Amino acid sequence: MSALVLNARVVAALGMRSIRQTFRRPQLIAPIIVFPTLLLAIQTGGAGGAVELPGFPPVQSFLQFMLAGAMMQALMLAGNSGGIALAVDIEMGFTDRLFTAPIPRFAIVLGRLAGTAALGLFASCWFLAIGLIFGAEIEGGVLGALLAMALVTTAALAVGGIGAAIALRTGSASVVQGLFPLVLVVLFLSTAFFPQELMIEPAKTIAEYNPLSFVVEGVREPIIAGINAGDTLAAVATIAGIFALGLLLSDRALRHRLRAG
Amino acid sequence: MPAIEVEGLERAFGDVLAVQGVDLTVDKGEIYGFLGPNGAGKTTTVRMLTTLLLPTGGRATVAGHDVVREARAVRASIGVALQEAALDPLMTGRELIRLQATLQGLPPAEGRQRADALLERVELDHAADRRVGGYSGGMKRRLDLAAALVHEPSVLFLDEPTTGLDPVSRKTIWEEVRALNDAGTTVFLTTQYLEEADQLADNVAIIDSGRIVAEGTPDSLKAEFGNPHIQLQIAEGSLADAERACAEVGRLLPPKDGRLIEVEVENGAADIPRVVRALDDAGIAVESLELVRPTLDDVFVAKTGYHIEDESEAADEEAVEA
Repeated sequence: MSALVLNARVVAALGMRSIRQTFRRPQLIAPIIVFPTLLLAIQTGGAGGAVELPGFPPVQSFLQFMLAGAMMQALMLAGNSGGIALAVDIEMGFTDRLFTAPIPRFAIVLGRLAGTAALGLFASCWFLAIGLIFGAEIEGGVLGALLAMALVTTAALAVGGIGAAIALRTGSASVVQGLFPLVLVVLFLSTAFFPQELMIEPAKTIAEYNPLSFVVEGVREPIIAGINAGDTLAAVATIAGIFALGLLLSDRALRHRLRAG
Repeated sequence: MPAIEVEGLERAFGDVLAVQGVDLTVDKGEIYGFLGPNGAGKTTTVRMLTTLLLPTGGRATVAGHDVVREARAVRASIGVALQEAALDPLMTGRELIRLQATLQGLPPAEGRQRADALLERVELDHAADRRVGGYSGGMKRRLDLAAALVHEPSVLFLDEPTTGLDPVSRKTIWEEVRALNDAGTTVFLTTQYLEEADQLADNVAIIDSGRIVAEGTPDSLKAEFGNPHIQLQIAEGSLADAERACAEVGRLLPPKDGRLIEVEVENGAADIPRVVRALDDAGIAVESLELVRPTLDDVFVAKTGYHIEDESEAADEEAVEA
């Protein structure tokens, strides 16, 4: 068996473990699926009239607009949960088991990220299904839905890299968990839950330059209007940047951890 | 070629030298006991030999591979069961062993087959599909051992494999270690239990404050450093007077507990009457008295001036309470 196949099997096995771990630990799955679903229900139920406001982009329904925000919240928290799970592994010594195996050590990070990406895919399917069940239309059709799913999945992978880096650097689940409110702040200072046109300063300017807004718009456009090359490219570029940053920071944190023992 | 060869191995954490110039050689097929109290440097040494920690000085080879330059080859040759069984409580026993098989590069069918065989071997087949979080301490250690064996390593590192286990579970692990060794596996075993090192190890190194203070077979160490000693408990009279009386006959060993006195004697049983007479002359009533053959603890005392058992027993009690 070639080294590439062996390493792919290791990453897949660790990714599968990561997914099982998330579904078996309620405190990991709740932020990814339960909280965003509740928030989506509360917001669409209570603030549906917002679509009538001047400056609100043309949408079929507030639920249709909010789906991208719910998916963003899910993928951000999937990254955070992945970081928490990795930190728990470090705390209980499970990573030592992995470090004593004859595998490239970065495969441990990639395995965790594979699991986070799979959770992002699951979350995107979940929220698109909820949207369709409750009457939201996907204007971009099947291709639009697939594009949204691909962006959410890769964005989860990218954000997971940042979570993994923090986990590897600190080795503390409580520190990673402590970032939970920060994740929400960053999310609320993007266009995830409200159109930029209706925001007031300084939130409007922050949202304009918040990288998450580019990802949100990339996911939202195929849902509310149809596939838009400009928004898609901006989202892909942002995701690639976050992914590269996450990998770089994870690699450095892993090397530091291995040096320090 | 030895299974493990270590020369001048060092590890510093800031200004603290946790391991200070350790030299040792472990031949293929032997059980090597690495004995010492908590904080002596056992785990740090094992972490360096298993490539989890980079040495700051010296060199080491395991299964013929340098632990720094050929770390991956070392990892392919060794099995490791660390001090705290590093198990995911959310996984089942079967999932864990299969994951370990994948990590070791076994093909899926072979991994499944090995996992089933190992679970049966460590008598966990009945619990294989239960989550590890529900296992007892002994079951976790057996599972950890099985995971370390999935790729049939030539060198097995066991870091305090029986700490905190009840006597029955401890015996089960010992039997498994002996069976593995009989099959040709080299075992590097760290322990704070004197009996464990005495029962299992072909050779023993005693480590204290990061330095090896004695090395040899358990029998040779005991013969070299330990004399028989008389252990007695007084019923009435002053402990200080009793110690003074005993000191006239032999060398007093550091006190272990309350009214227990240990005095090392040169002539074994022949010195008992002298001790009794000395105590009688001092007006001390003796409650019990026995002649104790030398143990590895005596070797430890001879080299360090204190008992290893004091610390290991305390740790053991804490583990049992936990």
